[in-house]
Amino acid sequence: MGNNGNIAIRCQGVTKTYGSGDAAVRALRGIDLEVQAGELMMLVGPSGCGKTTLISVIAGILDHDGGDCHVFDNDFTAMGARERVQYRGKNIGFVFQAFNLLPPLTAAENVAVPLLVNGVKRRAALDRARECLDRVGLKGREHSLPAQLSGGQQQRVAIARALVHEPKLIVCDEPTSALDHSTGHKVMELLRDVAVGRDRALVIVTHDARIFEFADRIAKMDDGHIEKVVDSHAEL
Amino acid sequence: MNFVAIKMLMGDRAKYLGIVTGLTFASLLITQQAAIFVGVMQRTYGLITDIGQPDIWVMDPRVQYVDDPKPVNTTELYRVRGIPGVEWAVPMFRNMIRARLRTGAFQQCLVVGIDDATLVGGPAQMTEGRLADLRRNEGVIINVAGATTRLATPGPDGKSVPLRVGDSLEINDHRAIVVGLCETTRTFQSQPVVYTTFSRAMSFAPFERKLMNYVLVKAQPGVDQLELCRRIREHTDLSAYTRDEFKWISMVYYLKYTGIPLNFGIAVVLGFIVGAAIAGQTFHNFTQDNLRYFGALKAMGATTGMLLRMILLQSLTVGAIGYGLGVGAASVIGALAKDTELSFFMPWQLLLISAGTVLLICMFAATISMVKVIRLEPAIVFKS
Ligand SMILES: Nc1ncnc2c1ncn2[C@@H]1O[C@H](COP(=O)(O)OP(=O)(O)OP(=O)(O)O)[C@@H](O)[C@H]1O
Ligand SMILES: [Mg+2]
Repeated sequence: MGNNGNIAIRCQGVTKTYGSGDAAVRALRGIDLEVQAGELMMLVGPSGCGKTTLISVIAGILDHDGGDCHVFDNDFTAMGARERVQYRGKNIGFVFQAFNLLPPLTAAENVAVPLLVNGVKRRAALDRARECLDRVGLKGREHSLPAQLSGGQQQRVAIARALVHEPKLIVCDEPTSALDHSTGHKVMELLRDVAVGRDRALVIVTHDARIFEFADRIAKMDDGHIEKVVDSHAEL
Repeated sequence: MNFVAIKMLMGDRAKYLGIVTGLTFASLLITQQAAIFVGVMQRTYGLITDIGQPDIWVMDPRVQYVDDPKPVNTTELYRVRGIPGVEWAVPMFRNMIRARLRTGAFQQCLVVGIDDATLVGGPAQMTEGRLADLRRNEGVIINVAGATTRLATPGPDGKSVPLRVGDSLEINDHRAIVVGLCETTRTFQSQPVVYTTFSRAMSFAPFERKLMNYVLVKAQPGVDQLELCRRIREHTDLSAYTRDEFKWISMVYYLKYTGIPLNFGIAVVLGFIVGAAIAGQTFHNFTQDNLRYFGALKAMGATTGMLLRMILLQSLTVGAIGYGLGVGAASVIGALAKDTELSFFMPWQLLLISAGTVLLICMFAATISMVKVIRLEPAIVFKS
């Protein structure tokens, strides 16, 4: 720690309030958090404590109101809208609880989307997408539609999609909560094996205690704060 | 991203078909109504375009359209003939006269009297007999549509028997014998058309109408027609128009003084609104259903411009398909209507205009969806 070159995410006093007046919800009340490159950080905490809000801010899809948030020394609030979108497209991978695969696209086409968004030609994008599907153990299912795949397989496609453009940061919101235990376990194994890299940070939101073991560190949140950051779930 | 857009569009079969159906319906309604309208407008000047030879129509200044004949004095014909640049000038009689059928029933007919010597102004297309047969005693030529419908009489078995060559009828108490049948562009009011010589028409006409209505003029080769018209107006008390001018004047009269354009206009506007409503609504639903995917694309780095291009492509695709189907259906209707009373004319200008209209509908539908996508917060992707 302390080595600036290795710091992927640095949040200092980040606040976020939804709505205003009586309806205002203070979702983040001063978040201080650092995530190292090469690290798998889990965000845990009770429902409504602000986990999703925090990774949305970190991933640059939501503006925070106060404090500082730097991702690989970049400040999203200092970027123009277009620059920010392009930064996301190049540097960030997403895995969602609901998979969010485009139903009419085949597995390979879904995986190719981040490349297409970055302007890679269709053929080249599909080639790389197939390689990536191979890495997540879905060789032979390139032409399957999401509806023809099991939940676990769909999440593998989603992981391939989050990886295909070699992003520096991957954010996952509840990647296993739509899956049964053993499938979720396998998905986490896969994430650890293929997604963790020396220069890449992973931030995974979960309240599934059974996957805590995969974390390098765990940040426990409560009511808009980071309560503590621990190295193993035994310390929670 | 283009193929992603198209796959998204076609992925939802029901909505896709819904949008295409809406646009097909709109294109069909707009094109077909407009084609009938154009067809009707064509009929307003059918009797002008049916006559090929004369370049210039000369008439009483009060004439507002071709079916509104006013008498012209015989002396004017001679004056026109004397004007430099006139190759020839012939009289034409055009008026409604009552005919009495074999059964004793009366029917208003449009009697057209053409120059005895040259027979200029006669029907362009004879289906039976020859134009020259008009010179026979009491001879008239009747248009087929008139002979088979309004001038037909019930036979002994109750079936309608068309008027045939050799049959006779009474026109304003004067005997006339059918010597030929011809095709004409259907007139606006669909009255039977009876062609005869100018002098015989004079004898048919009631006392107060025994005058020519038009002087048909051929310009000498190389003479400027507009200039000649001006000269004719100067030398007579009459109006003179080129064929195209007279066509326009007749058409504009109907446009201005009848409810026809309004009626068709309402149908076209309805088609537009209904089509826009259906297509807009379904397209909006489609975008709404796909919003979380648009959100995911946005999160994954798709710029708003990219998403807007996708929506544009989707709307143009359904627009092109709907337009193709709609215009195809309209053409089928047009082909079926070819030999009926229905007027139907679909020039390329009309296709261009209806294409523009459908494009407008698509743009409208796309705009609603685009606003949604522009406003879309990518953070919705984490909402389950
Ligand atoms: N778009 C929004 N508008 C208003 N309030 C919101 C919005 N999104 C979240 N909130 C509120 O902000 C707080 C934090 O929400 P968030 O989704 O970050 O929690 P979470 O920790 O992810 O919860 P869960 O574990 O249930 O997913 C909650 O009280 C929630 O109701
Ligand atoms: Mg959440």
